[in-house]
Amino acid sequence: MERIYLDNAATTRVRPEVAAEVLPIMTEIYGNASSVHAFGREAKKALEKARGQVAAAIGAKKEEIYFTAGGSEADNWAIKGAAHQLRKKGNHIITTAIEHHAVLHTCQSLEKEGFAVTYLPVDEYGLVTASQVEEAITPETILVSVMMANNEIGTIEPIAEIGAVCKKHKVLFHTDAVQAIGHVPVDVNAMNIDLLSMSGHKFYAPKGVGALYIRTGVRLTNLIDGGAQERMRRAGTENLPAVVGMGKAIELICAEMEESNQRLTAMRDHLIQGILDAIPETRLNGHPTRRLPGNVNISIRYIEGEALLLSLDMAGIAGSSGSACTSGSLDPSHVLLAIGLPHEIAHGSLRLTIGHDNTMEEMDKVLAELPKIVDRLRAMSPLYADRER
Amino acid sequence: MYSEKVMDHFTNPRNVGEIENASGVGTVGNAKCGDIMRMFLQIEDGVITDVKFKTFGCGAAIATSSMATEMVKGKSIEEALKLTNKAVAEALDGLPPVKMHCSLLAEQALKEALEDYFKKNNLPLPDGFTKPDAEHEDIPQEN
Repeated sequence: MERIYLDNAATTRVRPEVAAEVLPIMTEIYGNASSVHAFGREAKKALEKARGQVAAAIGAKKEEIYFTAGGSEADNWAIKGAAHQLRKKGNHIITTAIEHHAVLHTCQSLEKEGFAVTYLPVDEYGLVTASQVEEAITPETILVSVMMANNEIGTIEPIAEIGAVCKKHKVLFHTDAVQAIGHVPVDVNAMNIDLLSMSGHKFYAPKGVGALYIRTGVRLTNLIDGGAQERMRRAGTENLPAVVGMGKAIELICAEMEESNQRLTAMRDHLIQGILDAIPETRLNGHPTRRLPGNVNISIRYIEGEALLLSLDMAGIAGSSGSACTSGSLDPSHVLLAIGLPHEIAHGSLRLTIGHDNTMEEMDKVLAELPKIVDRLRAMSPLYADRER
Repeated sequence: MYSEKVMDHFTNPRNVGEIENASGVGTVGNAKCGDIMRMFLQIEDGVITDVKFKTFGCGAAIATSSMATEMVKGKSIEEALKLTNKAVAEALDGLPPVKMHCSLLAEQALKEALEDYFKKNNLPLPDGFTKPDAEHEDIPQEN
């Protein structure tokens, strides 16, 4: 059976052009970038080339890029590092209710240490406004962290406006750009971003590598102590194969951004419209236009997300859901609840995320399969039977 | 994550549907938590001659409903009352720990339907009749 991968927000397939650059770093350029000898020097050269590629993609200086083991580490470092560095200045952090758990759980951990955190609510589309941020700032505020684009519903936040507010009030601004890189043009200076997290495997690089952009002059306590790597701010021998892959991948995706966004948006809108037209009592979650080009998130009433995913998987289609049963917890997605969905509708959400390798034919196959699956599950659902009673 | 038997009962659930003027109907769970089961029993001369279900829920919820209906069909009320959630889970070759709750819901739905039957017929509840507590507190946390 031909399989269709529509879970590109979870992770992506490494592109062949990227894999081709990764392989020789494992087999030929295998030195430790910190070593003095020729093996080390060539590794260092590869490392610094990748750093330059990442910096160029977001309008940063090369020395402002610090490689990490992924997006979660970058988020943890930015938020804990800023909070601990600035705790004498204040104890208040502002974030949103729809952040990734790497941000939310980090903030909750800081609350246990005595920091106060404001979780800004979002509107029905998942948007937060710069004026909400401004109103929440107090003399105690030391950090604002707002994601650039939401991983579940794809809503793109007004980062430049929020950056301007933070600059005006001289508060550090962190953004989790894990889902946005390669889809949203980023300029850390124009957007007044002080700290930015990214993750390689979301844009066709290998897993296990990410980066934190730290604006020159911004001080953070270290998260990982040890050797002198990364300008003495992040210890540990660099994961050079993955780092080189991330450099190549970000260069590729940013060079192709406009063309790729057009292609993804066309598939996205075809899929969204097709589902809404073919299946009654469905709704689009997230903003219709301020939306990541590959993100489709639909609630399908009267059915539960995990049952839907299993059925899609049997048809060869890989997606994800915000239902409790797929998260291992009892509550459905915090993002879907934050945009105001009732629990029973949040349980029936389906996220399909389109990537580089997908085709319009695949969208049509999904549109052919999905209504049949929904019909089958609805025929089994007591909620569907009760809907007119 | 799921056994072949769970997937079989999820893919080809037995006894899906409703029974008109059923001898007993039981609905348990709630939409907020993401699972609802409704079981319909046809009872003649103390024997469950037909059973149907409708379930809103995950793969395990649908599979346990299906298996539970299969296990009580043709059984006497006394035998059906002995059905436990563990027996349903075992018949499915096991469930992941976080999904044991679903099997409890199946046992509870059956007992609700039997209780409904007893009440409709002004029959006393059998000695020791208890319904499992399928509230969510008892779900083990996944590590």
